Amino acid sequence: MKKEEMRIPKLVIDALDWLEDLKDVEEIELENVTIDVKNGIIEISAPTLLPAMIEREEIMKPEIKIPEYVPFSHEWPNSIEEIQLGATKEEGGTRKKIFRIGGETGMPFYPGSEMKNRPLVTFDVFDMPPPLPKAIREHFEDVMEDPVAWARRGLELGANLVTIHLVSTDPRTMNRAPEEAAETVRELLDNIDVPIVIGGSGNPEKDPLVLEACARTAKGERCILASATLDIDYERIAKAAIENNHVVLAWTSIDINQQKELNRKLLNLGLRRDQLVMDPTTAVLGYGIEYTISVMQRMRLEGLRGDKEISFPMSSGTTNAWGAREAWMKREDWGDRMLRGPLWETITGITMLLCGVDLFMMLHPRSVQTLQNVIDQLSKIAEKGVEYENWVTM
Amino acid sequence: MARKSPLEVYKMLPGDNCGECGEETCMAFASKLIDRDAKIEDCPRLKGKKKEKLIEYLTPPVREVKIGDRTIGGEEVIYRHELTYFNPTAYFVAISDNDPSLEERARKVKSFVMERFKTDLKFDGIAIRNKSGDPEIFKEAVEKVMEIEMPMILCSFNPEVIERALEVSSQKRPLIYGAIDENLEEMCALATNYECPLAVISSDLRKLWELSTIATGSGVPSIVLDPVTDSLNMRGTLNRIVEIRHQAIEKRADPFRWPILGVPAASWLVEGNGYWEEAVTAAILQNRFVDAMILNTIETWAILPLLTLRQNIYTDPRFPARVEPGVREIGSPNDESPVLLTTNFALTYYAVEGDVEGKLDCYIIVADTEGLAVEPSIAGGKLRASDVAEIIKENKLEERVKHKKLIIPGAAARMRGDLEDSTGWEVLVGPKDSSGIVDFVEKHWKK
Ligand code: B12
Ligand code: SF4
Repeated sequence: MKKEEMRIPKLVIDALDWLEDLKDVEEIELENVTIDVKNGIIEISAPTLLPAMIEREEIMKPEIKIPEYVPFSHEWPNSIEEIQLGATKEEGGTRKKIFRIGGETGMPFYPGSEMKNRPLVTFDVFDMPPPLPKAIREHFEDVMEDPVAWARRGLELGANLVTIHLVSTDPRTMNRAPEEAAETVRELLDNIDVPIVIGGSGNPEKDPLVLEACARTAKGERCILASATLDIDYERIAKAAIENNHVVLAWTSIDINQQKELNRKLLNLGLRRDQLVMDPTTAVLGYGIEYTISVMQRMRLEGLRGDKEISFPMSSGTTNAWGAREAWMKREDWGDRMLRGPLWETITGITMLLCGVDLFMMLHPRSVQTLQNVIDQLSKIAEKGVEYENWVTM
Repeated sequence: MARKSPLEVYKMLPGDNCGECGEETCMAFASKLIDRDAKIEDCPRLKGKKKEKLIEYLTPPVREVKIGDRTIGGEEVIYRHELTYFNPTAYFVAISDNDPSLEERARKVKSFVMERFKTDLKFDGIAIRNKSGDPEIFKEAVEKVMEIEMPMILCSFNPEVIERALEVSSQKRPLIYGAIDENLEEMCALATNYECPLAVISSDLRKLWELSTIATGSGVPSIVLDPVTDSLNMRGTLNRIVEIRHQAIEKRADPFRWPILGVPAASWLVEGNGYWEEAVTAAILQNRFVDAMILNTIETWAILPLLTLRQNIYTDPRFPARVEPGVREIGSPNDESPVLLTTNFALTYYAVEGDVEGKLDCYIIVADTEGLAVEPSIAGGKLRASDVAEIIKENKLEERVKHKKLIIPGAAARMRGDLEDSTGWEVLVGPKDSSGIVDFVEKHWKK
């Protein structure tokens, strides 16, 4: 209000300028001028000095008109598929806790777009001790021989789920039989009450056999089978998921058409839409993350626009971050690697989160906790904020 | 927002095809204008209304703003895959005016550099905070910072303090930080008189809209929008940033067609927060369109991933970064030096070069994989043994070395047989990561 009072006399001065020789007396005259604003018309009753009516528009020209502010509306015709992980006793499984991912109706954490389900973190556990960077090893040295203990530790440290990577089945490592791997899975299921992700070793011939055996053992539990790719026997994996009520992770390498092709093939085999999660490959911070950013954003946008072939939740192998030499290499000039490494994983995760990822496979406790924190913060608008201007003087 | 078309631009050009702009035809000039490789002023024949129309047409939805000599803003799309981003987020480091080690800190900011794949990752400027509250101390601090010659942000809500600093520094075009509801008129007058950009600040979007409108309306030459980086309300913060950018790009809503400033340094207002939390805040903002940031940190472990993220996001998706294929000499190789094979994806080549430079005299065969890294080119069949044989022949490598031995990337192991057949050379499979090359050569080459 104060501003208005200050400004209107100034308008009058502008108007007065039209008349010659009045500049010297403007101060005196103003005291006798009364101003009335009605319907955008300014009436100025100073009959001897000014015309009675002047269009406000005209006078305002040198002044400032605030255009109307119309908020942007982010609305999409389609939403992302919602997928349940884990199944309770009533549903045919044995999980005490179950989760849902997906169901988004807009771009991640955009105004007005509801994050129907909170993105989740699943903790990487291996069935034999893998070579790991020091920053990670130091947290798990004592449990790395025992997947159940390792899984428990991961859950204590803030993860929602656990992924068991059955790397010992690889013919190049211990070449364990699929049945042996299935036993590991059963043991894990018997000892923890959250849903799990079952990962193969990456061996293209063996993985379908391993995942099939595990799917059978875990019948009805709605585990995620990781992963079906185009160049392995995905049919076997899809069938195992259909017969035993699991979810398939469809993994492609940074290629939207490839992802559509794989999704289509899996669905054609009879996999239900609520049994599919995509992994478009997480290229790491510093080593191609921009490709992943663009591919994920395109997938999510096209899914929301209505392309049902691609409107599925996404998973990210955020642990890949540790493949970047900046994450693990000891170098004085790069600063403390015990902080640098976890931050590398954290920032890779944050970036994926903001591209729409629903499920994060992660490894370092601090990275897991920080990402969980970020997810919580971004999930709701807080009522009370900081005293912002103080940052200048703090 | 529809992409700009060269044809539309062509229609606004004189159509004389006189070549005075340095291009042969107006059409060629139109393409250059769209790619931002030429300036409107380069065509001397363009005048009057047509020129104005063209300027309006070519001004990006987010206007460019110069702080010192650093340009920010200028973006045309929301997502990078829709075209590319143009001006990388500028990183400013905060220094308080009464910090006794001000000069030392300023010099550190200036000299900070990390090399990644032949590009230097650096800070862009310094934000001086008027912590003292004193105009004289602030002015002196600004003078000291001016000596290191970096773009500056002057941080104070007191117009008197800002004016004192502008008297000595306005010719450097510092960003005035900033205008809030209470000081708007005075700050606008300062920005207008001293011809400097002005930051307008509010966590209320309607208020920010109003501040921006009044500022431009009262003659401020350029604006930067600070929608408040609130560490206790990051969702609110993102909502505002996203809204501003959509208003600018999708609706060309004038008051929001300015660069956005984020202030991760403000995360320190929350008790218990430190470098880690600041880096996390910065990473969130780096993923959400901000054009400039103010940070406290100069810790390398915190800044390296952030500057790397910036480097990644701002690479141009239209052109995979590649280098010329052929044979490179690293150091001064002789006829006994090792020969390495890699691809012409810039990231790959520079990783290898960076790992051997100064440590190993050698030859590098750079195969033309159309800009793909080692694994994708193998998976996609773009690294071909016959091409490698061709390069060896063309560059007369068999005359330059007398050993006929080739070290290939670990990830290319399965090409070994093919390569031996095509080249007739002995092929050694090297380590997976190029950081192991020097070690590998020491162990396996000399025998
Ligand atoms: C980014 C990426 C892409 C980008 C490529 C961008 C580019 N310019 O290269 C795109 C999206 C285009 C792409 C496409 C494909 N990709 Co791709 N892609 C990746 C990704 C995520 C990162 C690759 C990268 O940039 N690495 C960084 C560079 C610097 O690494 P580099 O070149 O290997 O160099 C290092 C080492 O090799 C070594 N080195 C290099 N030179 C030398 C030399 C010597 C002498 C030595 C000793 C060492 C050495 O040191 C370097 C530094 O560490 C990887 C997954 C991953 N690894 O994280 C998948 C990956 C490589 N892709 C893969 C595949 C299958 C493909 C496609 C075939 C998919 C498809 N069907 O379309 C296509 C093939 C391309 C084509 N169509 O022709 C697979 C390869 C599987 C395999 N091993 O065969 C991978 C591993 C993903 C996966 N697990 O499925 N991809
Ligand atoms: S100088 Fe102008 S008129 Fe001449 S060719 Fe270039 S764009 Fe056309």
